[in-house]
Amino acid sequence: MTEPFIRLRGVRKVYRSRGAEFLAVSEVTFDVEPGELVTMVGPSGCGKSTLLKILAGLHPHDGGEVTIGNATHPFDPARDIGMVFQQALLLKWRRIIENVLLPAEILGLPMKASRERARDLLAMVGLAGFEDKYPYELSGGMQQRTAIARALIHDPKLVLMDEPFGALDALTREKMNLELLRIWQASGKTILFVTHGIAEAVFLGTRTVVLTAGPARMADHVRIDLPYPRTLDMKTSPAFGEYSRRLYRLLGME
Amino acid sequence: MSSGESAWRIGAAIAAHIAVVVAWHLFVVWGEVPRYVMPTPWDTLQALIDPDYRWWPNIVVTATEIYGGYALAVVTGVLAALLFTWSRMLEAVVMPVLVTFNMIPKVALGPLFIVWFSYGVVPNALIAFSIAFFPIVLTTARGLREVEPDLLDLVRSLRGSRWQIFVKIQLPGALPYIFSGMKVAAILAVAGAIVGEFLGSDKGLGYLMLQVQVTLDTAAMFMAVILISLLGVLLYGLVAVLERLFVVRDARVS
Repeated sequence: MTEPFIRLRGVRKVYRSRGAEFLAVSEVTFDVEPGELVTMVGPSGCGKSTLLKILAGLHPHDGGEVTIGNATHPFDPARDIGMVFQQALLLKWRRIIENVLLPAEILGLPMKASRERARDLLAMVGLAGFEDKYPYELSGGMQQRTAIARALIHDPKLVLMDEPFGALDALTREKMNLELLRIWQASGKTILFVTHGIAEAVFLGTRTVVLTAGPARMADHVRIDLPYPRTLDMKTSPAFGEYSRRLYRLLGME
Repeated sequence: MSSGESAWRIGAAIAAHIAVVVAWHLFVVWGEVPRYVMPTPWDTLQALIDPDYRWWPNIVVTATEIYGGYALAVVTGVLAALLFTWSRMLEAVVMPVLVTFNMIPKVALGPLFIVWFSYGVVPNALIAFSIAFFPIVLTTARGLREVEPDLLDLVRSLRGSRWQIFVKIQLPGALPYIFSGMKVAAILAVAGAIVGEFLGSDKGLGYLMLQVQVTLDTAAMFMAVILISLLGVLLYGLVAVLERLFVVRDARVS
């Protein structure tokens, strides 16, 4: 049994505004093995994004334990996190390669090597030849690929994705799911992927964490024992249907 | 836009301007409009040759007022907006006062400026400044404020400094706003300087207009208006060229 890379025990977060308390996250307990792709699914207000912010070190948590890294996979909170959001959030005035380089600049990494790496990453996400374009010249899906390359430029151990394909059309989204699986397997990163799509959660994840709202708490986590590489065929398989049903049930939608 | 289409557009714009001048000429000639009411384009042009009007020194004075006041407004306006982003306290206290001051019709301050600074270039430049300052400070402050919160999270997750956020994200993101404020201010600065000359001065194109008004010399008045407009066009054009150089097409605020 490998030591977990992320260990969460009873994590809880309460927001206070105007004297009222609002429970954003509670009872979150699960482990993530190194190199896993864990999906988190739940309705709006279940605390998915809050949990990502806690893991990114942007918000303190109010209770429970959050441990990231272990003896074989040490974790530096300043440089081992890559983030991807629903919007690509590229800087309009920078060329694609300069956008990818932003985290390297902030961390003060050697620029020559980073530039090489940015080219390799852009090739990996299927954007070879687009290095010198501006964001407005790229489609939504291509912008999101750029954002993924940007999240990987500083070689972080953990990539946090907050509904990264939520703003894309359904077909592009399916394509990006396959791409993400390929990128994940090529890079070997640990990924936490937030979505509100059940099918997306099952299709991508080695495991799915189910969060419910009102009150925000973690319902359960489900190991998805479908083999990789995953194919679109699997979406119509009985096993896939069974996992989806289970998630719907956990979300109280059945 | 293809180069053929843009050539066509430029041609159309020039043709339209020539048509307006021709229409003006025909209106005066066919309508038998008295010359002291409206001169022909040719009369107007001839006024330019008459050395009595001392065009050149008057242009220099008015240009100094406009460009001096404008330059001061750009520097102080952008600096004030920068200070606001560094200190929320300062913004909370000073910004509402600025918004109220912005409600004052700036030309109403003209007689006061003359009391304070006497006749001449300085009070007129200050009227131009006071009228150009507000759009610059307001749009710049707005541009600096418009930062995607998720983008801030991305930089903070890498423990990026406030300075890095400012230099890499806020300032370049605000440039389109700064230029849009500068364009509005360019037009206002011209009006400010001329009103100043109307109120009290002994040099400048606005002063010249009042001088020749007494003798119903409309040709010289027309010429003065044209020259004043050209000073404004020159300023606006310079700002537009700078915008083209520094702001990527898609990021421009129209």
